[in-house]
Amino acid sequence: MKTMSTTSKVLALLAASALLAACGTTRLPDDRKNSAAVGTATPVPVVASTGSTAAQSGGTPQSGVATVNLAGGAAAGGATAAGAAALLALPSQRVVFFDFDSYAIKDDFKPLLDGFSRALAANRGQKLMIEGHTDERGGREYNLALGQKRAAAVVSSLTLLGVNESQVEAVSFGEERPSAQGADETAWSKNRRAELKDR
Amino acid sequence: MTSGLLAATAPALAQFRVEISGIGATQIPLAAAVFRGEADAGVAVSRIVRADLERSGLVRTLDVDQELDERSAVDLAQWRGRGVDALLAGSVTRLVDGRFDVRYKLWDAVKNQELLGQSKVVLAADLRLAAHRVADEIHEKLTGERGVNATRIAYVVRAGRRFTLHVTDADGEGGQVALASPEPIISPAWSPDGKRLAYVSFETQKAVIWVQDLITGQRSMLASFRGSNSAPAWSPDSRQLAVALSQAGLTQLYLMPAGGGTPQRLTRSNGIDTEPVFASDGRSIFFVSDRGGGPQIYRVGLDGDAPQRVTFAGSYNISPAISPDGTQLAFITRQGAGYRLMLQDLNDGTVRALSDTQDDESPSFAPNGRLLVYATRVRGNDVLMTTTLDGKIKTRLLSISSGADMREPAWGPFGR
Repeated sequence: MKTMSTTSKVLALLAASALLAACGTTRLPDDRKNSAAVGTATPVPVVASTGSTAAQSGGTPQSGVATVNLAGGAAAGGATAAGAAALLALPSQRVVFFDFDSYAIKDDFKPLLDGFSRALAANRGQKLMIEGHTDERGGREYNLALGQKRAAAVVSSLTLLGVNESQVEAVSFGEERPSAQGADETAWSKNRRAELKDR
Repeated sequence: MTSGLLAATAPALAQFRVEISGIGATQIPLAAAVFRGEADAGVAVSRIVRADLERSGLVRTLDVDQELDERSAVDLAQWRGRGVDALLAGSVTRLVDGRFDVRYKLWDAVKNQELLGQSKVVLAADLRLAAHRVADEIHEKLTGERGVNATRIAYVVRAGRRFTLHVTDADGEGGQVALASPEPIISPAWSPDGKRLAYVSFETQKAVIWVQDLITGQRSMLASFRGSNSAPAWSPDSRQLAVALSQAGLTQLYLMPAGGGTPQRLTRSNGIDTEPVFASDGRSIFFVSDRGGGPQIYRVGLDGDAPQRVTFAGSYNISPAISPDGTQLAFITRQGAGYRLMLQDLNDGTVRALSDTQDDESPSFAPNGRLLVYATRVRGNDVLMTTTLDGKIKTRLLSISSGADMREPAWGPFGR
């Protein structure tokens, strides 16, 4: 059984990056870093045990499923920014909240985004990942796309304010990473958000 | 003759529980005996067969209070007198090489004849599969249709901060873990040959589509473009997948070669396009789009014609699933504050609710088109249910670790 070679991994990522370049966006070094970490997980073929103590005769069970076990506690948010080199510190408030079914940036948050755009304009090496989220109501894939719209709205505001596209990427967690548990508007309103994270 | 034969609840057998509700229109009364030797083998073959047949809505089973096996001389008239239409008995015998010989006989008490008799030799690890195949053989004998008891279901379990992608038998048991992760996993999708799963993993801190070989565990990223990559759906010929990518700004549909490569854009709208699913002939794709306001289900031919809207009732319709014969569309509709499983006949447009619960998600058809699996919420826990298409027979699939949330079911194809 051959594992996916490093060469083919790099080739796959170069192909993806070439596509991105063709679309006019910048290559993302983080995908390569993250996938290298993931690639170290070695699949372990597991022979299903049904409690029988009999010795297995030769042959692969048709029910066999190999378990891929990813290391726990992957670092959230990626690398921290080179804060010492920043000419302007990033705002400490990192979250923009949204109304139900909406991806419009409310006026309350415009000063916050101004702060981010000035810090990023002053430090072109600073990058952010904008993570969009929804509350738990509705379908997962549709919510993933709604969260993406929220993140994209923040990215759009930032680039209109002068941030380079290469400094920001919009991604979404949909309803998969709530910050507040609960099935009421108090929890839901806390989950409808976009988080601005260092990358 | 060992004393263990009459025990109905040896420890290894107790983990299997099924809750079934609803009365089917015509259920055959079938008496089923404990298979001789199944307690020693550690797999409750007869109970698995019974539950499979009951879940299909085909039979209601009765206990047999005698020790019978496939060689027994049975008085069918006496069984008929007790209101039994069919009788099942069998045995599980360990062979010298460690494999097991599973044998059974099915009698027709009405016609007073043997209906079916089979023997299969399997590894210990495949005893559950053997039981499901017995149920399939009986199902096919009684209905003329293929059973789905030997198929598998993939689903995701969240327990605390741990997410696991499980592959289990169609009854939700015998589960094995394909992926264990500290980050969410959503949207598992079976390859048509049942050997691979595509899924969305957030392990790299964004939505990325992976394809994994189930037996070896080998996996690779299919799509990790800028933004989110999700909603993988295999074409029936396995050569490509439809996916939802946000790399162009809004989430739109693309086609990708199954081995990875350059996405080819499929939809162009000013809204969100997502949740693609191929029709069985591979020539069109159903999908969700909110180009008209709220999300609705559309159908687009791969030949380039404009998408046609398919759902018209209500303002929020998502998560399409298409029956193998192409006539039925299962989906989720939002009604007030609830999300409900619906079934639409694509020939005449009639729509009816299949459940009376409020948090339904992710319907998926069995490959014989007779059952749906879906996720819903019962008393605060996310659980998986199967239902017949008339909504009458519902089964809750219970997992071994209760209290864990089960979601995102995907029913696998025929054949292993």
